[in-house]
Amino acid sequence: MHSIPGRRVIMALFLIFLLLPIYWLVNMSFKTNSEIVSTMTLWPHAPTLQHYKRIFTDESWYSGYINSLEYVVLNTIISISVALPAAYAFSRYRFLGDKHLFFWLLSNRMAPAAVYALPFFNLYSAIGLFDTPWAVALAHCIFNVPLAVWILEGFVSGVPREIDETAFLDGYSFPRFFIKILIPLIASGIGVAAFFCFMFSWVELLLARTLTSVHAKPIAAIMTRTVSAAGMDWGLLAAAGVLTIIPGALVIWFVRNYIARGFALGRV
Amino acid sequence: MDKTVNQKAWFLVLPVFLVVAFSAVLPLMTVVNYSMQDTFGNNQFFWNGVGWFKELLDPSTDLGSRFLASLGRNLFFSLVILAIEVPLGIVIALSMPRHGWTVAACLVILALPLLIPWNVVGTIWQIFGRPDIGLLGYTLNAMGIEYNYVSNDIDAWVTVIVMDVWHWTSLVALLCYAGLKSIPEAYYQAAQIDGASRWAVFKAIQLPKMNRVLLIAVLLRFMDSFMIYTEPFVVTGGGPGNSTTFISIELVKIALGQFDLGKAAALSLVYNLIILIVCWVFYTVMTNAGVERKAQAEAEPAAERKPAGALQPAPALKPKEGVA
Repeated sequence: MHSIPGRRVIMALFLIFLLLPIYWLVNMSFKTNSEIVSTMTLWPHAPTLQHYKRIFTDESWYSGYINSLEYVVLNTIISISVALPAAYAFSRYRFLGDKHLFFWLLSNRMAPAAVYALPFFNLYSAIGLFDTPWAVALAHCIFNVPLAVWILEGFVSGVPREIDETAFLDGYSFPRFFIKILIPLIASGIGVAAFFCFMFSWVELLLARTLTSVHAKPIAAIMTRTVSAAGMDWGLLAAAGVLTIIPGALVIWFVRNYIARGFALGRV
Repeated sequence: MDKTVNQKAWFLVLPVFLVVAFSAVLPLMTVVNYSMQDTFGNNQFFWNGVGWFKELLDPSTDLGSRFLASLGRNLFFSLVILAIEVPLGIVIALSMPRHGWTVAACLVILALPLLIPWNVVGTIWQIFGRPDIGLLGYTLNAMGIEYNYVSNDIDAWVTVIVMDVWHWTSLVALLCYAGLKSIPEAYYQAAQIDGASRWAVFKAIQLPKMNRVLLIAVLLRFMDSFMIYTEPFVVTGGGPGNSTTFISIELVKIALGQFDLGKAAALSLVYNLIILIVCWVFYTVMTNAGVERKAQAEAEPAAERKPAGALQPAPALKPKEGVA
């Protein structure tokens, strides 16, 4: 009743469409460069791990992954911890300028990164954070904090107000109520919000590249630079690409049961 | 559930306000500052008033023509991908399996493109579409279809659009799927009893329930496609010529390539203003929809209560929600 005719075929075709380009990348990462350039093969005929080996042994390569993970984790922690109280406030109280503030936050989620690239460069250079993970983590807050507030507000609103009132009657102070009662209740919401912060910080490159030069360079930026210098080392490029997909895939696996609700931002 | 007025709530919002103000308002002030000035290098700035803005909106100047052309391209791009991704996303959501391990498998594969760094998305399609080493480019050319996204405008556009469909349709599909999941099984049973057709079920039950998530989907897709930068930049670099140069690419070219700070800043502000207006329209529509829904929800139980008090207690007949 609720599904459409031929749904299996549609789904299968779409999944193939999604997986085919990724397969091609994986396929290439296991080929030698001569095989990539000289012949068209659907699977690696002489499979090799040389590209992966190079990435894991060369510090200028693997440090990129560490740098990326560093600012992504920092950003997720900052975003969630400032967004939690705000989400509670927006969900429970009415206060001066609340609607305007919410809209202003939302509009920052939509602000194009290209607009901020140059001013961020000036700002973080001026305060001495340029080329540190902190710069990127703070810069990514501009779109992740509003998103986290938005998601968490939906989840907090799902908690009945009577629970707050009972807790306060039982003599809970506000911070204690927040940590002992509210946070466990919206744990899945926090997970979803963290997933989104991770996701948008992990995939963003323009700001991350602009705000780093040597010590905090994200892997995505190292990929583009090294490859052009080496004169198109396709196999290496493909291997590096495959390795950037893996953290995302792992994170999805952990939140797979909440994914649908999470993408609706807790608002279905 | 009415919210109580409490001005102390500002203390809870303060951290967010400070963090976002630090990374949004401060940089934006720099942009405003630059947009009114001209520089000849050496950190010497001159007052230019609204000069840049005049030039920007005048198609006869170089800056104006570039801005308006990239704006047009970007709007066209956004409309095309919305026209493809929204219906396709709905179809995919309706095609989701109902039970078993396939649900989780489909969800994970659907979400996969969303978590790939944007420049890697670009790299994947750059490789995939190349006529010499890419499966897609090679196959098309072997089939006798001339395809080369580096030299042909139309091929470049098709590649960028297909890439975006590949990258983001899942978002629309997952949002719609979440909306569909919230429909109680009883609705479908009622429809079956009424002998409703497949199309009627879609129009009367599924579409209204997806309304809200669809609105979010359209908003997110419009905004993100309107500020797209990394993916087309990696694949086509804005070319061939200027044919896939979208606003963000133009802006970065002017700001970081030519270091024309005044022009770039003026462009940024107009760009931001457009986004702000669109965002405001969506926000208003969304809040109004929320208010309507609330009013409906409040009206329904009130109507139910009346006969229950006069006759017999009937709520036991109410079907349980979320059985499926």
